[in-house]
Amino acid sequence: MSKERIQISEDLYDIMPSDYQDLVKSATYGKEDRGWKDIGSSKELIEQHSLCAGCPESMAFRYILASLPNPEDTVMVGSTGCTSLVFPMVAVHNIHSLFGNQNAIASGLKRALSVRFPDRVKDVVVLAGDGATVDIGLDMTLQAWFRQEKFTTICFDNELYANTGGQESGLMQKGFVAKMAPVGKLFDKVRLPEIARESGCHYVVNCTVSKPSLVEKVIRNAVHIAREIGPTYLQLYTPCILEIGKNSMEGLQEMRDSEKPTERFAYKEYVSEPAKQLLAELAAKDKERKAAAKQLAGQASA
Amino acid sequence: MADIKSIIGTQNKKGQTYTDTWKMMNEAPRTPSFYTGSEVIKEAIRRASCDVMIAYPITPQSEAAALIGELFAEGYIGDYFRGESEFAVMSQCAGAAFGGARVFTTTAGPGTMRAMENFPMWAGARLPIQMIVTCRGINSPLSIQPDTLEIAYLLSTGMLVWHAETAQDFFDWILKGYMVSEEPDVHLPLALCCDGFFVTHTKDVVNLTPADMCLPPYDPYRSPVPCMDMECPPVRMMRDPFVMKSNYISYATHASWQQEIWAAIERSRKHSIHWLNGLIDTENTDADIMIVASGTAVSQGREAIRLLEDEGVRCGLVKVKTLRPWPEEEIREATKNAKHIFVPEFNVTGWLAKEIKATIPNHERVHAGPHVCGGMTMPPEIIVSEIKTTLGMKSFSLAGRGS
Repeated sequence: MSKERIQISEDLYDIMPSDYQDLVKSATYGKEDRGWKDIGSSKELIEQHSLCAGCPESMAFRYILASLPNPEDTVMVGSTGCTSLVFPMVAVHNIHSLFGNQNAIASGLKRALSVRFPDRVKDVVVLAGDGATVDIGLDMTLQAWFRQEKFTTICFDNELYANTGGQESGLMQKGFVAKMAPVGKLFDKVRLPEIARESGCHYVVNCTVSKPSLVEKVIRNAVHIAREIGPTYLQLYTPCILEIGKNSMEGLQEMRDSEKPTERFAYKEYVSEPAKQLLAELAAKDKERKAAAKQLAGQASA
Repeated sequence: MADIKSIIGTQNKKGQTYTDTWKMMNEAPRTPSFYTGSEVIKEAIRRASCDVMIAYPITPQSEAAALIGELFAEGYIGDYFRGESEFAVMSQCAGAAFGGARVFTTTAGPGTMRAMENFPMWAGARLPIQMIVTCRGINSPLSIQPDTLEIAYLLSTGMLVWHAETAQDFFDWILKGYMVSEEPDVHLPLALCCDGFFVTHTKDVVNLTPADMCLPPYDPYRSPVPCMDMECPPVRMMRDPFVMKSNYISYATHASWQQEIWAAIERSRKHSIHWLNGLIDTENTDADIMIVASGTAVSQGREAIRLLEDEGVRCGLVKVKTLRPWPEEEIREATKNAKHIFVPEFNVTGWLAKEIKATIPNHERVHAGPHVCGGMTMPPEIIVSEIKTTLGMKSFSLAGRGS
């Protein structure tokens, strides 16, 4: 989509909703170095959300949408859960169809977009909860990776079924007492990041969303690698403060506590050899671009 | 936005000419060819300008699904792959259709049942996917034999449901089906059903349209809902998702959307009549005895009528072509003179007889049967026997032949 597509006819401008006017005036579609720092100074691609106050998932949503390298040509795929309460308010085309089939939807979608737009970049990004990714949808999650489908899978890992009220999930920690785990969960947290690597993902990161700069980096890497090479997987801790008995202002601390080196969300990364090469090329280009900009700025001031 | 009219007459990368569908189907020369039903599906798809086909093996549709893979290898289809299960395949089809592709798939029996959650979603999302259903048993113990019970489950999904009798129906309806389901005022998925094996695995003479003509491509921007390709402005769809509200507006939204799906099925009626030359075919509607059937039961009914004629019993026939939209008025009109209406079916519950009973006045005229199921064949003689027994005529009992 070119940026012109979202322009409003002058005659109709005043009757368009203000959030759409803002989108046209100050969103960051097409801005090459868009990122989390645009939050606050430009229109975000998420209008509002109806998540709980202080929900870390809402932070994650904002950072991710600010960091997508190509939102004007990105289609997102969601699943049922708390994320599906946010997607209707996101200014990127997105699909909700069923619970757990997100990677199957994304497989068909990516292939259709490749057939229809062979000479253009159309990124596909899946964003779903841990129940959708690891339990009900595990089959389709893995099969998309086996097939080397070229899209990014993001799992919001809150270690339980949040939207249905806190039931046990495969990514829950062993021993945690929850609904449907009345005597505590009996088996270990499923090691999906390792499974992702073995299943053919070229970039796998396990981390929290406490640092927006880190979220920006891994999102950009994951989308670029998926575009050029093959599947990528991000598992992001977005604790459900409601279900683990925390207050609204305690989500950030919960993430910081869980990302300490000995904890389960200590930063872990896997990058395949072709992906490493691509990241090096992108970094070199980025450096070149910045140097050119600096030179230009120098000339202007001279 | 693609202008379909300007594409007519141009060629695709395989050298096929995009042709006005009405001309292609009704005016272009036809070549008689001796093919299995599976091969006929391949030949129809060769001419269908399909963007994406997704396959999964299940008897008796595996051959057709694999043959379409050959079409992909030859370059007639944009993309093709084997999914991991029917549930996944139907979701992959949805993804491709959300992305603006013309999508084709095939399934059968237990596959239809496994994928079932997808079908109301397809309809609700207004995805004009075409799915061939080569019906087979869904019972336990495991059966791969012909049985049409799965169609009963498709009738309430919001999909268009057509039931082909012959391979010729199949060839024509695959191509015409896209024309109906892609109309902006319809834009619904189509389940094009046939009786597995009887149609898929037997050879028949089918009149094919020229292989160098193909359908105009699908234009996703004629869809009544936005195509998910970021080529039109993304807007906030709603202030709060209706799923999390338990209030009147939420209920009213869901209710009106369901009603809209069924209204779209109704609106498909005029297009289906146009393309299929009516929702039903009839013979001898002035007869006292009518056979109403769909699928291959129509062929058996036709044979039964011939046998009865030899014995001086005059009998008429209604071939039901579309189950959704349901030809209510047509069936009422065609059966208005009938004193007895027989509904032969290849399934245990007799879903077609139930639909007919719910449609016509004086439904005690409807004799739900004969039924065969589990792979049993339906010799015309058992239809004859059912009719003669009901009329109080002496009839051979097939089961008692040895006595």
